[in-house]
Amino acid sequence: MTATQEAFVPKFDDDENEGRKLAIICSKGNLDMAYPGLILANAALGEGVETHLFFTFWGFDMIIKSRMNDLKFSPAGNTAMHMPVGDVRIPQALAPLPGMQPMATHMLKKQIADLGVPEVPDFLEHIVASGGHLWACRMSADMNHVDMDDLVDGVEAIINASDFIELTDGAQLLFI
Amino acid sequence: MPVTTIDGHEIHVDDEGFMTVYDEWDETLAKSLAAAIGVEMNDEAWAAIRFMRTDFKAQDDVTPTLRRVSTAGGFETKKLFELFPKKPAKKMAYIAGLPKPKGCV
Repeated sequence: MTATQEAFVPKFDDDENEGRKLAIICSKGNLDMAYPGLILANAALGEGVETHLFFTFWGFDMIIKSRMNDLKFSPAGNTAMHMPVGDVRIPQALAPLPGMQPMATHMLKKQIADLGVPEVPDFLEHIVASGGHLWACRMSADMNHVDMDDLVDGVEAIINASDFIELTDGAQLLFI
Repeated sequence: MPVTTIDGHEIHVDDEGFMTVYDEWDETLAKSLAAAIGVEMNDEAWAAIRFMRTDFKAQDDVTPTLRRVSTAGGFETKKLFELFPKKPAKKMAYIAGLPKPKGCV
């Protein structure tokens, strides 16, 4: 046991992150690939980092109101998909069979919920409440024939790729 | 395990300065802890800190994450960022005399 002279207080270094920015490009619309971006964005916001999420291509499904509640997870093409217990892999020949995708989606949703991690729409709401910025990709909006009315409320604007590059000047970038 | 003195209170802390002994905490000390990290306490802030303390015990010594404070405690996330700027989860844990939250979300 050692006694310290001065009051020993954690260094929250609030100003150290001043100006630090993180930009996350969410380009996947599978349920499993929706989460990495959301979890990292949430962590960054909790550390006081300015955070921007840009939804593009398949990732656009994460912010379309009519699709965001219904993202799917498929074991097809995913050789790391195991049975819930142990190291048994699901054979790829079985992965595309009818019923596999709903079962896998159900299982993944349950595992995520068991950890207290919210579903995608709630998670986005939490990120916005934490000060995160959501941006929709112009080209994806045009391809999907959607406008702001079709997108979840927290989305600030539909912007093009150059807007995004401008917006994220000096940011650290993650492409998911 | 280091011992430090905050505003006349002698407390056990970890390597980063978070308290390690649940029962060494009381609200007078919490006031000093908040002051030490520049947080101003008001009724809402106290309510959140008290929830942290209760929930920690209720969850078998697990510090609630920000998400949990909002969903299980009923505190608005936005409000928590105002009360405990920039790093609400860590700051609340510190003032509540608990370890840093371990959960990712």
